[in-house]
Amino acid sequence: MASAPASLEVSAGRSLGSRVHAGDAVAYSITLISAGSILLVTVMLVYFLWTGSELTRHKFGFEFIVTQVWDPVVEQYGALPFIFGTVVTAGLALLISVPLGVGAAIFLAELAPRRLSSSMTFLIELLAAVPSVIYGLLGIFLLVPVMRTYLVPALKAVLGSLPIFSGPFYGPSILSASVVLSIMIVPFIVSVSREVLLVVPTDQREASLALGATTWETTWKVVVPYARRGIFGSIFLALARALGETMAVTMVIGNTPKLQSSLLAPGHTIAALIASEFAEATSATYLQALTEMGLVLFALTIILNGLAQLLLLTTGSRVKA
Amino acid sequence: MKRLLTIVVLAALFAAMSFAQLNITGAGATFPYPMYSKWFDEYHKLNSNIQINYQSIGSGGGINQVTEGTVDFGGSDAILTPEQIKAFQTKRMTNVLAFPTVLGADVPIYNIPGVTAELNFTQDALAGIFLGKITKWNDMAIASANAGVKLPAGDIIVVHRGDPSGTSFIWTDYLAKVSPEWKTKVGAGAAVNWPVGLAGKGNEGVSGQVKQTPNTIGYVELIFARQNKMTFGKVRNKSGAFVKADLAGVSAAAVGATMADDFHAGSSGSQPSITDAPGKTAYPISSFTWLLVPEEIKDKQKAKVITDFLKWMLGPGQKMTEALDFAQLPAPVVAKELKAVAKVH
Repeated sequence: MASAPASLEVSAGRSLGSRVHAGDAVAYSITLISAGSILLVTVMLVYFLWTGSELTRHKFGFEFIVTQVWDPVVEQYGALPFIFGTVVTAGLALLISVPLGVGAAIFLAELAPRRLSSSMTFLIELLAAVPSVIYGLLGIFLLVPVMRTYLVPALKAVLGSLPIFSGPFYGPSILSASVVLSIMIVPFIVSVSREVLLVVPTDQREASLALGATTWETTWKVVVPYARRGIFGSIFLALARALGETMAVTMVIGNTPKLQSSLLAPGHTIAALIASEFAEATSATYLQALTEMGLVLFALTIILNGLAQLLLLTTGSRVKA
Repeated sequence: MKRLLTIVVLAALFAAMSFAQLNITGAGATFPYPMYSKWFDEYHKLNSNIQINYQSIGSGGGINQVTEGTVDFGGSDAILTPEQIKAFQTKRMTNVLAFPTVLGADVPIYNIPGVTAELNFTQDALAGIFLGKITKWNDMAIASANAGVKLPAGDIIVVHRGDPSGTSFIWTDYLAKVSPEWKTKVGAGAAVNWPVGLAGKGNEGVSGQVKQTPNTIGYVELIFARQNKMTFGKVRNKSGAFVKADLAGVSAAAVGATMADDFHAGSSGSQPSITDAPGKTAYPISSFTWLLVPEEIKDKQKAKVITDFLKWMLGPGQKMTEALDFAQLPAPVVAKELKAVAKVH
């Protein structure tokens, strides 16, 4: 008598288990295929960039990354000024947009009245959807003239002795490109960071307030650290967009592949170079050099993202300690 | 019954063939695109079963695609290099012919606060400015040719094309001819290692930066400058006259061009450069633009359509050029070209 219910339980459990298993297998394989397609695209991308640049990789070797001359007439290709321009513009753009973006996200998620917050969020998501060429136009027709007449003279008056603000300012420059980039990536940081801050559990806030912390102390010392990983995620996304931006950058950077210490001087980036020269690249070496630039940009993105992850890990351990 | 069926099927096939639209595709240079699309449109009106499509993807892309055989013909503002010709011959097993279609020119544009006059530029002034040796607008090399114009002491900012282009090719080809230093230090090409300056993408990018930035000088295509009603400078030609670019001046530059009879693409006289051309009225920064056609085309129907079109383009087609601000080919060039068109088979 005692064994009957037990066997019933077992059989019920078994049938239930097998039903779940069948569905699981389907879901498992579907999601596996989805994930696998991402891997496949990445592999294809690397394969294409790698085989497409065979000629120049063999011809120039490591020289390609460390030399400065880009001269299609004599088929001499060096990537350094472009790598420099890419890193500096993306870095400077982050420097401007991270405080701005995170600040705005904190305000919208924690401090602003609900109605203001939702309408502002709508605007920010609208800005994130604006095509980059529009930002380029904004840069050319509004930002650069304003910078030339007001911002840069003021900057030079205060900080003109620094080498990074030396030399004449024509308009198109590394600084202009960085400012346009920072405007473009702020919406990403705000939008994602705000979402992350909103999902911080209410009991975290309540616990902090119950301990006698002020609203700002709760926000800054409890909510923001809790959402830290997500905020960093938004910054990675912004960094990736800044590194890969072509149109808006090429419109305001001056497209001059020279290494210059001044941020007021024109520069060039890898993505802008590929966009502006690929269509008309005639010789095989020229095309391959541009493809290798794509490979360099890919590697650069991986390295910078890796460094950012490392930063996240090290700061994470410090907070814990 | 069987026989009847065969006849019906054959008749249907025949009808389908004769009414089928024949599509010809081309790709290449952007500058002659308005002219080409007008021609192809007019030609389609005359021959409703023939549709010629042209993608203006740039000279480089045009050369690549006709070499790969993905299009039936290419368009190019640039003279093909020996490597490009070799690549074409090994891939397509035939020669590539270059047929001039219309003429184009580059003009210097500038933005100097307080100066509205049309400036005169000597060969030395242009080369010096673009080499970065002449750095002030009131430099004697510029001022001496512009008596009566008050030029400021501002630093000259050079604006050039950032994307490789036929426009840059014409400009640098001209500078290489008038300045030995430019020839050795920079050279001629669709993209070069510019000694100084900022770069813009496309004619609109260059003109935009010139308009936006005081004390700049740049160069754009004549058609672009005319259609946007821009002020541009005169350039001194080989005979010593300052010429303002116009259609007659550009055609005059092509009159003296010596064309080889074979029309094989390449710099050996079949694709002559007409920058710095002699002749009193010749505008010195002019160039042909070419259609690149394989000498032997496998699809004989297409070969016939292409030759027919080329003949039409050299006849009635040339009459349509000036309405669109393109300079037409001089008569001797047309005569020679008509003979060479027969080589396409």
